[in-house]
Amino acid sequence: MHNQELPLIFEISKEGRIGYSLPEKDVPEVELAELIPSEYIRTEDAALPEVSELDIMRHYTALSKRNHGVDSGFYPLGSCTMKYNPKVNEVVARIPGFAHIHPLQDERTIQGSMELMYDLQQQLKEITGMDEVTLQPAAGAHGEWTGLMMIRAYHEANGDTLRTKVIIPDSAHGTNPASASVAGFETITVKSNEFGLVDIDDLKKVVGPDTAALMLTNPNTLGLFEENIVEMAEIVHAAGGKLYYDGANLNAVLSKARPGDMGFDVVHLNLHKTFTGPHGGGGPGSGPVGVKKDLLPFLPTPVLTKTDNGYTFDYNRPQSIGRVKPFYGNFGINVRAYTYIRTMGPDGLKQVTENAVLNANYMMRRLAPFYDLPYDRHCKHEFVISGRRQKKLGVRTLDIAKRLLDFGFHPPTIYFPLNVEECMMIEPTETESKETLDSFINVMIQIAKEAEETPEVVQEAPHTTVIKRLDETQAARKPILRYQKA
Amino acid sequence: MTFRYLPMTEQDKKEMLDAIGVTSVEELFSDIPESVRFNGRLQIKEAKSETALLKELTNLAKKNADVKSYTSFLGAGVYDHYIPSIVDAVLSRSEFYTAYTPYQPEISQGELQAIFEFQSMICELTGMDVANSSMYDGGTALAEAGLLAAAQTKRKKVLISETVHPEYKQVVDTYGKGQGIEVIQIPHKNGMTDITALTEMMDDSIAAVIVQYPNFFGQIESLKELEPIIHEHKSLFIVSSNPVALGILTPPGALGADIVTGDAQPFGIPQSFGGPHCGFFAVTNKLMRKIPGRLVGQTSDEDGKRGFVLTLQAREQHIRRDKATSNICSNQALNALAASVAMTALGKQGIKEMAIANIQKANYAKQLLKQKGFEIVFDGPSFNEFVVKTKQPMKEIANHLLEQGIIAGFDLQRVYPELNNHMLVCVTEIRTKEEIDQFVEEMGAYHA
Repeated sequence: MHNQELPLIFEISKEGRIGYSLPEKDVPEVELAELIPSEYIRTEDAALPEVSELDIMRHYTALSKRNHGVDSGFYPLGSCTMKYNPKVNEVVARIPGFAHIHPLQDERTIQGSMELMYDLQQQLKEITGMDEVTLQPAAGAHGEWTGLMMIRAYHEANGDTLRTKVIIPDSAHGTNPASASVAGFETITVKSNEFGLVDIDDLKKVVGPDTAALMLTNPNTLGLFEENIVEMAEIVHAAGGKLYYDGANLNAVLSKARPGDMGFDVVHLNLHKTFTGPHGGGGPGSGPVGVKKDLLPFLPTPVLTKTDNGYTFDYNRPQSIGRVKPFYGNFGINVRAYTYIRTMGPDGLKQVTENAVLNANYMMRRLAPFYDLPYDRHCKHEFVISGRRQKKLGVRTLDIAKRLLDFGFHPPTIYFPLNVEECMMIEPTETESKETLDSFINVMIQIAKEAEETPEVVQEAPHTTVIKRLDETQAARKPILRYQKA
Repeated sequence: MTFRYLPMTEQDKKEMLDAIGVTSVEELFSDIPESVRFNGRLQIKEAKSETALLKELTNLAKKNADVKSYTSFLGAGVYDHYIPSIVDAVLSRSEFYTAYTPYQPEISQGELQAIFEFQSMICELTGMDVANSSMYDGGTALAEAGLLAAAQTKRKKVLISETVHPEYKQVVDTYGKGQGIEVIQIPHKNGMTDITALTEMMDDSIAAVIVQYPNFFGQIESLKELEPIIHEHKSLFIVSSNPVALGILTPPGALGADIVTGDAQPFGIPQSFGGPHCGFFAVTNKLMRKIPGRLVGQTSDEDGKRGFVLTLQAREQHIRRDKATSNICSNQALNALAASVAMTALGKQGIKEMAIANIQKANYAKQLLKQKGFEIVFDGPSFNEFVVKTKQPMKEIANHLLEQGIIAGFDLQRVYPELNNHMLVCVTEIRTKEEIDQFVEEMGAYHA
């Protein structure tokens, strides 16, 4: 039963069944044709499913059982910070005064939300060491683009129109160059050195009068702290460029080092990672951006301000890059992040980072005898290992990932960063217990042994999931992207 | 100090430090240069217990006037609709909300199938061939449509109707700036896109024309008349639409639209002070490989069993880097799920019934206001919104209504300076006759 195909909701549809209870039709009705010319009316109904309420609940419950979340089991997906999603956050986000308010209401009737947003900005300013924060961007990528647009506006305001290039390390996530490109920049790659850090000599080579910014994740995607950050900041600033901090890995440095103190001019955060807004199966997230003083005029509109008469949205920002999103950001996610920060406080956040880093180093050291460790030094909140050794035995990193599924674990991020062969990027987070880490480690050791002794067990994995490996080539070659009635 | 989300005990810590071969956690941070080390204590608010925090935040929320306690006639892009209870029941399944992007299809079939169904439903409503797995919201989806059109046509000008949501227009502008795309406004005439003006503005340098359906004033644009004017110049026709209206209106796909975007917020998603909502993005087959964002496709496993995967990823940022069609990584999966559940609950009959109820109730309010002597401005065919002119300043009326427990419609002067004393009234299926009567009564009382 559990391995059978699950019908699409359309396939269990039966004419005449309903799953809704619309409000009473209590107003006198007029012939529709009198209100809307017939040429505007559909000739064919939208074929949405016709099912009862129980049908719907069973369908989605069955689907949920085919989905692995953090609540289902360990989820060490590197750079995604799959930590526990506190339930109180969900409760707070659903309070009617937060969930059911309209963004365009009179400001006097939304002071509670504005106060929460303002206070969240204050907390984030302190955590990042920046001068101001906007909560507008909807996600990390959106924050990157917003931040880069501000950097662009800053240079343009200085008459510095030739700064068209953004420097990005080869270990960076693909979003960085994509965001730079959408913001109208050209990207230049700076190489990593043998220690997994940005190659300073190469940075000196690529930096110049055309440099708009250097985008950096610190710790980087290898989980390593860019210890030359001060020198890098000096090089970029001396050339007239700005320093952009990708906050994907902020969980590694809470209360230990602040981007603002490291010399960064613009920072984006991923509240759905570091600050427990749930990942939701791929979103919604929230990607606030923090800036230093000289970028203040360019913040997207509106800017939330505190006055003697309460909070207000300031739209009069002549140098602003403009609006990046309708309304005021993903408020519902910001409420969750705020609840988390208020739950943890300064000591809690410090402990979060310490435990995340300790967990990662512990796993790295325990796995080191069995997998190649390309960078043998303390990691931060995540680390990479390489499946090079196993590849020689005919077992690829993809196979190892699939084998992990048989044990109820979500695999690490694989084949990323691109500069490590057969890469596995592991981020345990601080919310996992030593027992969970140990059981994952033991399974990884077992898989390493299987690669030597019974490689086919790994190569043919997974063995226990509802479905086996799927044909992705077929999916891309002959795309079927929607249900169509046979 | 201990925290309920942090399971590490002192003993765990000791054992782990031993295994690593260090004596303190501090040593693990030795790679952070002293000059940038944060050695203080963060000056943020102290931790609070669950009970105390809930109490504080519940009180904070009380400073807001929520639309469950007040009667709202405010729409303008965010709507108060029927949310079936089952939506939150499904959304609360933490297998969905604590998962991430379905990178491992074998253990993510639930999410993947749900999104595949979402894509299918959006195609049904919009009349388009392909829909993606969702975007941040209607505004950014529309902006991405502008970028797609510019890339596809290799042209750098986008025309946007003045009747498109003003905040959406601003977002399109900002995105355009990044790509050096000029965004030019088409004026409105009687609250509809001015077709004569559009015809004059059209030429072969126009990448796309953007209209909204129904438009910001609630009126239903004639897509049929617009289409040939746009396609004559091989420009793309982009329609931002309200998906509830598409339950009854001819879908843009049937009227020649190339890209249809919008926000699925009306389907089971709370207003939540403007976000998170759920953008949707649908295109013709021709543009399938240019669509931004995640796409879920059907395929089969080694045993021939049907399954779903993320597909056509060669378009995306993690593969294409600076050559990607968009920088979007995520989608609004959880809200797409909410919308799917709501669309499923409504189903084929309910969506139509709901759309008609919006038209009927809004019309009832419109007629009552007319009887009270109000001028209904732009009195063309409309969906669930219309514009009413008031004698007194909107602010005063809104204050008066608020005292009666009513949230007024949108003050159009906020974005259209020439429309002072104009209110954009929204009446959805959720407003009762009694509420509408009271609203009109209070409006009338103030009008006299």
